[in-house]
Amino acid sequence: MAAYIIRRLLSVIPITIGVMFITFFVFRVVGGNPAYRIAGKNATPARIAQISHERGYDKPLFLNLREFPSHLLDAQFPTLCGNLLRFDFGQSIITRERVGTMLREGVGPSLCVTTPLFVIELVLGVGLALLAAYYRNTWIDRGLVLFSVMGMSVSTLVYIMLAQYWLASQWRLFPVWGFESPRYLILPVLVGTIAGVGGELRFYRTVMLDEMYQEYVRTARAKGVSSRRILFHHVLRNALIPILTNVIVAIPFLYTGALLLENFFGIPGIGRLTVMALFNFDDDVVFATTFIGSVLFVLFNALTDIAYTWADPRIRLR
Amino acid sequence: MSALLQDAKGIDETRPPEGLWSIAWRQLRRNRVAMVCLAILCAYTATWLYAEGVYWTAKIRGIVPDYKISHYEIRNGPPTAAHPLGTNFAGRDNLKQLIQGARIAFEIGLLTSIIVIPLGFVMGALAGYFGGKLDTAIVYLFSVVASVPDILLIMSITYVTRAAVERSTAMQSVTRYIDAGLLSICVGMGFTGWVGLCRIIRGEYLKHRERQYVLAARSLGVGHGAIIFRHIMPNVAHLIIINFSLRFPGLILTEVVLSYLGLGIASEPSWGTIINDAKQRLWLGNWWELGGATVAMFFLVLALNLFGDALRDALDPKLRIAEAKTG
Repeated sequence: MAAYIIRRLLSVIPITIGVMFITFFVFRVVGGNPAYRIAGKNATPARIAQISHERGYDKPLFLNLREFPSHLLDAQFPTLCGNLLRFDFGQSIITRERVGTMLREGVGPSLCVTTPLFVIELVLGVGLALLAAYYRNTWIDRGLVLFSVMGMSVSTLVYIMLAQYWLASQWRLFPVWGFESPRYLILPVLVGTIAGVGGELRFYRTVMLDEMYQEYVRTARAKGVSSRRILFHHVLRNALIPILTNVIVAIPFLYTGALLLENFFGIPGIGRLTVMALFNFDDDVVFATTFIGSVLFVLFNALTDIAYTWADPRIRLR
Repeated sequence: MSALLQDAKGIDETRPPEGLWSIAWRQLRRNRVAMVCLAILCAYTATWLYAEGVYWTAKIRGIVPDYKISHYEIRNGPPTAAHPLGTNFAGRDNLKQLIQGARIAFEIGLLTSIIVIPLGFVMGALAGYFGGKLDTAIVYLFSVVASVPDILLIMSITYVTRAAVERSTAMQSVTRYIDAGLLSICVGMGFTGWVGLCRIIRGEYLKHRERQYVLAARSLGVGHGAIIFRHIMPNVAHLIIINFSLRFPGLILTEVVLSYLGLGIASEPSWGTIINDAKQRLWLGNWWELGGATVAMFFLVLALNLFGDALRDALDPKLRIAEAKTG
């Protein structure tokens, strides 16, 4: 068990390096020297050279073969990896703030939106899925499925616009924009729930129905267990594994924040930070958010595998 | 009469057994929801072809197409007989814009698939069929891609591709025909979207390579390439279609998000750009513009979702929805 956990956690390292490589490849190799983008359209060559030198863009990309072997790793990618490993995320080009500080400031607002959203979606999703599974193949089930597919067929953007226009601006139930008191969170969470719950419901319903047709359900029914007890006691517990996977894997995205919601409702979280950074060519910020997001994702994936043993004693880990 | 006689003869044993596709089609025919969705999809396809016609006619004749001509005297007009969905900020007909939006949506679906299907299929097939180190490498690759938050990776690739396309002179011959924004969106979504297909195909090839017919082919001296493409591929090809029909709606919705973020299509009216433009007019009380785009998108995405589900049930009852779940 301990060996498995250690091995599973170690697998985080190659994946993280891979993620850094992809991000680096996209931004520095395909994207070219960022100094051109930072300096803007009317920059002089001297200015570009200055920015390149300041931020190390003039170094070789992967390995410094010119100064082999003493400065072999004095190149962009190894430096970036080294910095990230030390949790040194660099400095924002725009605000001149440390990226670490910016992230710390963004976590709070992001979590304020994503945590309630996550919990409400989970409870509603699983609850409605249980309802649909209990009344499967009746009009309640079909209605719920149709409702969820219809909900998924409208762009989140449209939900946001309609909510801001009618609920906030016309009826003045909520503030339209900003992040000052808990009241400001109601609308983003509400919109997020409406936009997201359809997918959750459909997914959990499939999971439950998969279990519904297992042999053990027939056995339970044959020995006279009530439908309700089968659903809550037998099916729900067996459906726990896919549910658990879905839940744990979603946790890192609490941190990444709700990109659209944060942007539309003016919540100064990490999602907003990332989008701003992307448009301001602030690549240190983009690297940092991608890095942390993926490390969390891989870590939580590993945790899911470990959590399986708790949810299902039949699974033995080697 | 002759059909009746044929039936009366009973089962004809010399006739080849009914194939996967005709069984699936029979099952789909019985599904009323699927048939309605198919009709909707046909209507959208017809719209798309019509829009392509309008677009290319104008392009070949070298004139500005109808839907792009500004009429500032009737800007932001309400619905009338001449303009059933009103006019937008430049006095262009909203309905014509929406029809062109359908064209863009289909083009996104096709262009993205040009990247996703070969990449996902070949990688998945190679990994599943050969196994070993190659499998490890490909699994590593898609685990890495899957570890980056989806929308972040799409945004980054789209953004960088767009800059690269606009910078390069060699790409100008391409961007004369395909909008640079459209191209970069498709590259962004293509290079992130192959993971799902690759996973499914890899799993299938893992299963199939152990089957007897593969062993038989090997014993007869058939090469690996022929086994992968001629023997196993027909057995898994339906998964590509299922994957496409379930991925397509996600692409349409993602395009809207990318357009909002300013990464969208610049020179042509896509549903995403229409929705983003309409956002400002909603505050003036012009609901028809946003409403039209939302409804146009809603029916296509809904029909694709429902039809995709039915298709999956008909073609492969074992496949779970879990694999097709979109964020």
